[in-house]
Amino acid sequence: MARPVTARASGVGRRSLARTFARWIIFLVVGGYLLLPLFAMLEFSTRETPTAMAWKRTALGWKGIADNPSVMSAIVLSLELAALTVVVMLFLLAPTMVWVHLRVPKMRRVIEFISLLPLTIPAIVIVVGLAPVYSRLMPVIGQSPLVLTFIYVVLVLPYAYRSIDASLRSIDIETLAQAARGLGASWLQVFLRIVVPSIRAGLLSAAVLSIALVLGEFTISSLLVYDTLQVIVNQVGQDNAQVAVAVSLAALLFGFVLLFIVSTVGAGRRRAARATAIEAGLEEGDLYE
Amino acid sequence: MVVGAFRSDSGRLTLANVSTLVHNATILNAFKASIELSLATALAGAVAGGLLAWAVATGNPRGVLRRVVVAASGVLAQFGGVMLTFAFLATYGYTGLLTLAAAHFFGLDPYSSATWIYTLFGLGIVYTFFQIPLMVLIFLPALDNLQPQWQEASANLGGGSWAYWRYVAGPILAPSFISALLLLFVSAFSAYATAAALLSQGDPIVPLQIRTFISSEVMVGQANMGKALALGMVVVVAVVMTIYALLQRSSKWRVQ
Repeated sequence: MARPVTARASGVGRRSLARTFARWIIFLVVGGYLLLPLFAMLEFSTRETPTAMAWKRTALGWKGIADNPSVMSAIVLSLELAALTVVVMLFLLAPTMVWVHLRVPKMRRVIEFISLLPLTIPAIVIVVGLAPVYSRLMPVIGQSPLVLTFIYVVLVLPYAYRSIDASLRSIDIETLAQAARGLGASWLQVFLRIVVPSIRAGLLSAAVLSIALVLGEFTISSLLVYDTLQVIVNQVGQDNAQVAVAVSLAALLFGFVLLFIVSTVGAGRRRAARATAIEAGLEEGDLYE
Repeated sequence: MVVGAFRSDSGRLTLANVSTLVHNATILNAFKASIELSLATALAGAVAGGLLAWAVATGNPRGVLRRVVVAASGVLAQFGGVMLTFAFLATYGYTGLLTLAAAHFFGLDPYSSATWIYTLFGLGIVYTFFQIPLMVLIFLPALDNLQPQWQEASANLGGGSWAYWRYVAGPILAPSFISALLLLFVSAFSAYATAAALLSQGDPIVPLQIRTFISSEVMVGQANMGKALALGMVVVVAVVMTIYALLQRSSKWRVQ
């Protein structure tokens, strides 16, 4: 009787070994395809002789970031835009979504549709549509590049919406709100002291996704001729590739650290699938409904 | 924009822009190239990204590896094409790491025959850069929903891993996979930054043609051509997204 059991056990063992093997091959090949360029950026930005293989390294490319005033001002501008976008997005979206969730659930479909709309329209099409509006509005609202915030808030809407929605759905917010109301809390108190702390992870990842999106935005700012980070990096890349590559790598690492922190903060509390979905601004339902 | 697509420069209504769209060979070729490029990179990204997602999903759900891959995917998929283009040039460009290494160690010159990097093929390689991580992000939740019990049930009924993938996991994942494929197609079709950063001259694909029309408003009689092209893009995206919506509605497999 013992025999078939051992046979099966060894069969399963072999299968799981093959699976582990396959996993690592995939990690090596696909991960290598994605990671090699990042390593090459490091190598390229610290190269002493730009056109040949050599072991000598230099930090000139990285120093060039600080020495280049246009790069520095572009970094500042993009960070300002990111901060403004996050603030406007959180103040507009979070209360609206909570309100709709608690008081007018019928409107959920409508809000969802509006929020996801920007996802399906190519950015370049948005520019074509917005350019005339902008040229007319320009005299009224001024020339400051910070007006890009208005467009960026729309752009980040789908991602922010999904993050917040996923975390709103993962808790029983109706019951919590009723309990708080029953104990005499005002709606403001319910929102600030009950809802916001419960959906903290969702708000955080909405903010981080928005930051990443704004820092990486090129299409709109370049065609409307604003000197954001990506536009300047592209420009600098034409004559000093090493500085451009150094800035790019720094920005990518910055984004990676931000996202990694969010996933660490969120980990351990929620199911992994949901956590991933919230981070990605997606939800499981997306692909099934 | 829709209105503008049907207007001439003097503001009168016209079908001329849209009819140019359909009859001009350069523009038609650009649409064809855009669609082919998007299809090819969506397929490559979906397969490679799907495999990577599977490798991640079978690992520890709270492990560092998973979090690293997900965070890296988020950055690469969303951080913009300009920087990815530079990453790509630093690797495969004229003086990129791999090009130099090939010359140094093997005496090869990948550029001896053609400047492939600044062609559609090169563009495709860069696009795959953000397609793979995007696929990981989209597809991972679907893979996480595969219950281990299903594999056990299949094994108990005598099914090997082929049977499991062919009759259980495959059919369950197919709608998600195709949906993800469509989303990747749209993302490649809409991409502008990568192409703009890589190809500063010439405009083989639609978004770059729009750039030409927007940035050179001196061309007489064509100020609204950009809008007509944008309308064309919207139509293509709308068709794909309609298929996407239909697919999601008809999908019977709802996993709670």
